[in-house]
Amino acid sequence: KRQAISLLASQTSSAPETVVTPSQPEDDFQEELVIRPLHSGDIYASFQFRTVWDTDFMGGKKVSHYRLFPKSLGQVISKFSVRELHISFTQGYWRTMQWGQPFLPSPPGAELWVWFQDTVTDVDGTWKELTNVLSGIFCASLNFIDSTNTVQPSASFKPLGIGNVTDHRFLRYATLPREIVCTENLTPWKKLLPCGSKAGLAVLMKSEKLFHSSFHSQAVHIRPVCQDWQCKSTSWELRQTLNVVFDLHSSGQGKREWSLFKMFSRTLTEACPLASSSKIYIDVTDNPQQFELSPATPLLSQAVVLGDRRTYSVYDLTQQATFGSMRSLNMLLRWKSSDGDMMRPLLHGERYVAGYGLQTGEIHTLMYNHHPYRAFPVLLLDTVPWYLRLYIHTLTVTSKGKDNKPSYIHYQPSKDRVRPHLLEMLVQLPPNSVTEVTVQFERALLKWTEYTPDPNHGFYVGSSVVSALVPSVVAMDTNSTQERPLFSSFFPSKEESSYFVRIYTEPLLVNLPTPDFSMPYNVICLTCTVVAVGYGSLYNLLTRTFQVEEPSPGLAKRLANIIRKMRGVPPL
Amino acid sequence: MGLLSDPNRRRALISMLTRLNAPICVVCYMAGVAWFMGLAFEPFTLRTYMSENAMGSTMVEERFPAGERALATGREFAAHKKKVGGMPVDWLVKTMQSQGLEVFTQRFSRTLPFPDENKERYVVEGTNVYGILRAPRAPRTEALVLSAPCSPGNNNNQAVGLLLGLSQYFRNQIYWAKDIIFLVNEHDLIGMQAWLEGYHHTNTTGMDWSPLQGRGGSIQAALSLELSSDVITSLDLVLEGLNGQLPNLDLANLFYAFCQKIGVLCTIQGKLQRDDWDTASGYSHAVQTMMLMVLKQASGRPWGDHGLFLRYHIEAASIKGINSFRQYKTDATTIGRLLEGMFRKLNNLLERLHQSYFFYLMPSLSRFVSIGYYMPAFGLLAVILLLRALDLWVQLSALPSRTEDGIADIEQVSQTHLGVLSVLTPLVISHLTGVALYTLPIRSQEMAVEHFPVFETEAVVLTAIAIYTAGLALPHNTHRLVSGEGTEQGWRVLKLVAVLYLAVLLGCTALINFSLGFILALTLVPLAAFITPHVPKLLSALFMVLLSPGCTLFFSIFFFQELQETPVNLQEGWVLFLSVISQGILDHSLYGSLVYPLVALLVYPCWLLFWNILFWK
Repeated sequence: KRQAISLLASQTSSAPETVVTPSQPEDDFQEELVIRPLHSGDIYASFQFRTVWDTDFMGGKKVSHYRLFPKSLGQVISKFSVRELHISFTQGYWRTMQWGQPFLPSPPGAELWVWFQDTVTDVDGTWKELTNVLSGIFCASLNFIDSTNTVQPSASFKPLGIGNVTDHRFLRYATLPREIVCTENLTPWKKLLPCGSKAGLAVLMKSEKLFHSSFHSQAVHIRPVCQDWQCKSTSWELRQTLNVVFDLHSSGQGKREWSLFKMFSRTLTEACPLASSSKIYIDVTDNPQQFELSPATPLLSQAVVLGDRRTYSVYDLTQQATFGSMRSLNMLLRWKSSDGDMMRPLLHGERYVAGYGLQTGEIHTLMYNHHPYRAFPVLLLDTVPWYLRLYIHTLTVTSKGKDNKPSYIHYQPSKDRVRPHLLEMLVQLPPNSVTEVTVQFERALLKWTEYTPDPNHGFYVGSSVVSALVPSVVAMDTNSTQERPLFSSFFPSKEESSYFVRIYTEPLLVNLPTPDFSMPYNVICLTCTVVAVGYGSLYNLLTRTFQVEEPSPGLAKRLANIIRKMRGVPPL
Repeated sequence: MGLLSDPNRRRALISMLTRLNAPICVVCYMAGVAWFMGLAFEPFTLRTYMSENAMGSTMVEERFPAGERALATGREFAAHKKKVGGMPVDWLVKTMQSQGLEVFTQRFSRTLPFPDENKERYVVEGTNVYGILRAPRAPRTEALVLSAPCSPGNNNNQAVGLLLGLSQYFRNQIYWAKDIIFLVNEHDLIGMQAWLEGYHHTNTTGMDWSPLQGRGGSIQAALSLELSSDVITSLDLVLEGLNGQLPNLDLANLFYAFCQKIGVLCTIQGKLQRDDWDTASGYSHAVQTMMLMVLKQASGRPWGDHGLFLRYHIEAASIKGINSFRQYKTDATTIGRLLEGMFRKLNNLLERLHQSYFFYLMPSLSRFVSIGYYMPAFGLLAVILLLRALDLWVQLSALPSRTEDGIADIEQVSQTHLGVLSVLTPLVISHLTGVALYTLPIRSQEMAVEHFPVFETEAVVLTAIAIYTAGLALPHNTHRLVSGEGTEQGWRVLKLVAVLYLAVLLGCTALINFSLGFILALTLVPLAAFITPHVPKLLSALFMVLLSPGCTLFFSIFFFQELQETPVNLQEGWVLFLSVISQGILDHSLYGSLVYPLVALLVYPCWLLFWNILFWK
């Protein structure tokens, strides 16, 4: 089980096979850009930069000579004994229903998940240090990751690289839904590239254009991969990805016509000289019915991506002919007509908070299976901060009006101010249905120092993660509508029958009961007055002794008493 | 506080309070009324100011150009509405989709408990259409709402046109940080209720609606637009929502600030602001504006589509375009700019609107009276009840000490025992009458329609009035059922209980809905203060009936009509009175307004207790 993108990557990496000598560590850099015109008229551009280095960070001797692989990350890997590291920064929410599935999904805000080597003894301590270091490397607030937002998912996040340790004690997962991604995060990310933003595809990454978009996501994935097909030794793969969606209306002035210049306000003139492969793929599956592409390219490539057979026009930037006589490449895509419906994504998720008032609420998670006849299981991961106290006995899972019992539930209750709720479930989604997971919660009253500086904004709850093996569209095509040889179409082939998808729901913004912070002054004044007046008088009443005062005796009596005193007789 | 610890001085104070009880009460009442009337006097009020920094200091530009096109869209909408004979759902969906919004629809249906004669509806079925403008690079956590009702007839077509024009213009802008939901709701408040319940997945009123498909996170603010002409002379701001809830004052400030900036005449309660506060007419103008707000708030019903948002802690207001015969006109482009400006500022919000006041009265759009200023007026009335209670307490504790011998103790015990019983019986009976008043009108409508030649609505209202009137005859001699002859002490205990009950009831009401609490206090406190079995029966009975909650409502209707400059005669007033009662019952069952149950279950029984005391034998 791999993310489907690796299928695409394996295609590209087949061409430049360098001779590897086992004694000398070898590194290799590839860059590519995939452009997918979307049915809504928006356009999706996905950059991938892959650096593979045949070295061993975990070995006895220290690695000190870096060429293509960024030194800062290499040091992180060796110092913290990282086996796999995935970090993403996303601004915006991927609109699955409009845009289809992304190549690399990511939740809004920052997400970090790390598998440590099984030699690490103090995982939590290492995790804490690692987040602080990464925070510095990426200029992000990753240092806000602590035990209250870190979980150890038992099933949802399996290692993507080689290795068979799946003990989730060595896994840490955290999201910061509130993290805002901007230029300051992009610059350090670009600096990790061998060519920086000086040459190659990275030239296109001008931040004022990248952030003038509907969706922006950048990520770094590090994992060990096989060095060759025999897999006797491992290499380290660093994959930097950047996904961006440009909006038809605000960036494209409403015209269904896109070019590299319109998207990035740059054109391409050369590949990165350090890259062994530098390609642009353009999804032309719907061509020529829908749009035309200029300049035309003779190179076509077919691949099954996300369960769907797609055709790509390929521009090889390492060849001078690609740039033509103008010495610059500025592809132009023009829609001929805007009709035609998008195929509905087979899996789709939504989440919202129900109810009103500041005491209780209910989290609803909806998972849509749009497949007409196949049911498939999904893994749902929910991380809820401790200040929403989940009533786990109210957890219900319903599909088509009936109770849908999850076959696996992993629930870790929260501890106040220490750790969040973790809920993992394996749910079977019936075909063509909506499955609704609801759980009620109570909003906690925080201590007054625990409120953020803007408490009335609300508190964020990170996205839930739905991971699934979705039956692919290719396998759905049982009637052989597509031209295929008969001998190849009787049994559905194994690797095409389903593909891995991870979708993230919306993060939630929940208002907690918030005191009026201008009140403390009033409260102090009021309390002081009440204490002074109320307590004072009560204290007075309790401590004072009451006695009946006798009227003062008359003169005769007083005289008589003096005489009696002198006589030694008790007074009257 | 030495006062309390010193028995002599305490005695002196109490004797002074009991001796001067009546004059003090009269003075308090006068002072309360005077204080309240003073609230509208400009030097005593504060000028409104923007508290929210995120909206105050930032500048926005208004560039909306397409007012004429919006009006054309409105005309197109009107044509389609006429063709379909209702909400043109398909056309709206197509139009919004072509603008690049995510469009969803929601179907709802609701059978009213009895036919609504004002709006001529009984079984309501409809569809809401809404389009979501997704903010770029925002994670769907926050949203703003702009709504326009799709009303029957030729109303509000311009509002829908402007809404579509704004959505088209907004869609092309890059600066949105919150999703914007453009909602066209059918059947005004019922549609809005269905949409809000669907959005928050609650069901408080038993309505049927189909679940919503798209959401935009937590809604931060909402504006509802009502516009029925191409040009307008002024914009009216409506704030009063369900159960007298008001949006944060900053929303009103925002509206006022933009009206000033763009140069649009703006009103509140349909009254322009005047600057001659030092003349009698200027003062009475301010009083009228404030009294209109008080009456509207006291009614507890939503005075615009915005009113239902407030329950969900969403700050909302309605903006109504008014076209009168003035020379000065404002066109749709300018209104569009005003809304654009307001939305851009709301878009800048970092937190929910919370900085400014939630409890206020407005004698004009630029002046407000905060809770700290108006509460003393109510406090002065409420203190009368406490003084009377103190007086009664002293009288009650003084009564047995007159006997002065030990044998009387046993009698005393049995007497107080009887007292408790004699208090309990009227309490229970008057509350049962209240329960009957609350439940029977709707329950027995079918029976009433069968036996009498009336419609359902009339049946409900007349049943309510009948039960209300029957309550006058029922309980005033029931206490004899248990305790035989009513004693002198018995009515004092009952009155003490009733007075304290009224004090708590009015206090709680005033905290939630000041206007309602104050109006009830204004009428109920004097009768609570003076009623004893020894006052002249007939005159007092007349007086009590005139001050009863039902008659208060009757007078309020006349007063309200007078303030709105549409005075009615007795006949029309009675018809209005009947329709207001039916609306009150409908508001309760449709939207969950609490005024009807409050009056039926608590205020009316409390009033009956005093009625009981008057006829104590």
